[in-house]
Amino acid sequence: MNPSLAVIFLTLFSGSGFGLMAMIAVINDLPIDGGLSPTRTAVLVGVALLLVTIGMISSTAHLANPKNAWRAFTRWRTSWLAREGVFAVLFYPLAAADLGWTFFQNTAHGAVALLLTNAAAAIGLITIFCQGMIYACLRTIRQWHTPLVPANFFVLGLAVGATIAASARLLSGGPATALIAIAVTLFLAAAILKAIYYFWIGRPTGTTLQTATGFNRGKVRLLDQGHTFGTFLTHEFSNQISARAAQRFKIAVYLVGFATPAAILILGLHAPLGAWALVAPLAALTGIGIERYLFFVEAQHVVNLYHGRTPAAMPMMPASLKTRADVTQRPLVPSYEKR
Amino acid sequence: MRLGLVIDLDTCVGCHACATACKEWNTSAITAPLSDYDPYGREPSGVWFNRVRHYEIGEYPNNKTINFPMSCMHCENAECVTVCPTGASYKRPEDGIVLVDQDKCMGCNYCSWACPYGARELDRESGTMKKCTLCVDRIYDESLPEEERQPACVLACPAHARLFGDLEDAQSAVSRVVRERGGYALMPELNYQPTNQYLPPRTRPAIPTHDLGRGSLARKVKEWVNRVVER
Repeated sequence: MNPSLAVIFLTLFSGSGFGLMAMIAVINDLPIDGGLSPTRTAVLVGVALLLVTIGMISSTAHLANPKNAWRAFTRWRTSWLAREGVFAVLFYPLAAADLGWTFFQNTAHGAVALLLTNAAAAIGLITIFCQGMIYACLRTIRQWHTPLVPANFFVLGLAVGATIAASARLLSGGPATALIAIAVTLFLAAAILKAIYYFWIGRPTGTTLQTATGFNRGKVRLLDQGHTFGTFLTHEFSNQISARAAQRFKIAVYLVGFATPAAILILGLHAPLGAWALVAPLAALTGIGIERYLFFVEAQHVVNLYHGRTPAAMPMMPASLKTRADVTQRPLVPSYEKR
Repeated sequence: MRLGLVIDLDTCVGCHACATACKEWNTSAITAPLSDYDPYGREPSGVWFNRVRHYEIGEYPNNKTINFPMSCMHCENAECVTVCPTGASYKRPEDGIVLVDQDKCMGCNYCSWACPYGARELDRESGTMKKCTLCVDRIYDESLPEEERQPACVLACPAHARLFGDLEDAQSAVSRVVRERGGYALMPELNYQPTNQYLPPRTRPAIPTHDLGRGSLARKVKEWVNRVVER
């Protein structure tokens, strides 16, 4: 799939914003490490709103005809994309009311404040689920058609949210042990889930060029794709990445996205970090941005079969499968937008 | 009614006449125009509703070239319609044709992700998704003679490899030919239940070549000259 920056930023930033909102609710509900003061609650809700807004604005850059974007809320009965839009828009009044109430009433633990925080957090979590289901409901892209996708979105969004909350606590001072423990646990969970996902997508799929053309008993080979230059289909679906590059990116995801922020937070428990604590959320966002890039570029749409790309020739396949004699790896024509 | 196409892979010669006739009709039809990018340049590209690919089936000497035209399958279970957030994509209940309302589409590409057959293409000029309309503006046009009320690709095909009709009616010509020739749908495992069906090549015995004689002296000279003389 085409790793469009607009969609990468949408899922990355809005997921982080919703995750932060959920963490604020958890921290103030229990309360963890004494909860957040009204001012700090208001500031963090503001950061969550900012992250969600960055995501929403960048998503409109993905639309070829944004003047009709308002119609995207109408088909919520069938479309996960419409549901995501509806819940993302519902999030705004709740989060804004929460921000206003905690700031002007100067309370973060009153009944109304907690109610608003939890309502906004619940809507945010539902929006993350809808975002995951946008990808997971597509049977045409096997790497996305799995419950692991919404699960990954949840754990990564919550991990970034917890990192922001913990590093804000490190910056402003106060007890941070439980906050940091939560963030590190979430990074551990993210690492395990992503490992399951990365091993899972390496297995071959059921759909082949044989079932795609109906010639199930013979070998099928592309002779000519009928066009001399790229098309919309090759532009949108033909992106891929070499196995070696994918492996390097995955190591970067683990080092930059998971290990670095966890290490910085643990370090912050033992030594004063000052503004350096902000490196933790930045590293997490960078690493998870790489994770999101891989999520798109490794996804192979079944239409690529018609252009001669066999599942076994796809980059995430183990080398033993890739060297099979019946696998023809033929480069697709270059993207028509890369002039 | 379930209107659709039946493609005969036995007779398709891969001439791309269906694709060009489609482009010609639809560039001034209801979802017009089908924009071209750099049409006379080195990297021509653009919107097409019908694309013909060519495959080799089997291995030499038991192999065969199959020309493979593909357009929208007008699926019964059209997920391009269910995933559309704006309601621009819709499937007509009366005849099963899947269409895109150009006034509602916001160009998010999501329907093209949901389509396994590559039937949908974004027009960069208008910013909207476009697809095969089954020439909905031809097949019901009563000002045309009745035999011309068919999709442009069907009328253009010189090999009669494309048939148009109602696949729900068991007695229609298309339903009968699908039954008799063992017509099939593409990627049945994805369960999109495409309306369009493909007829497999007829099985004929291969023309034997191993028992050909050595030939006359004149033929041998001719073959030798053919080898030596550079064309």
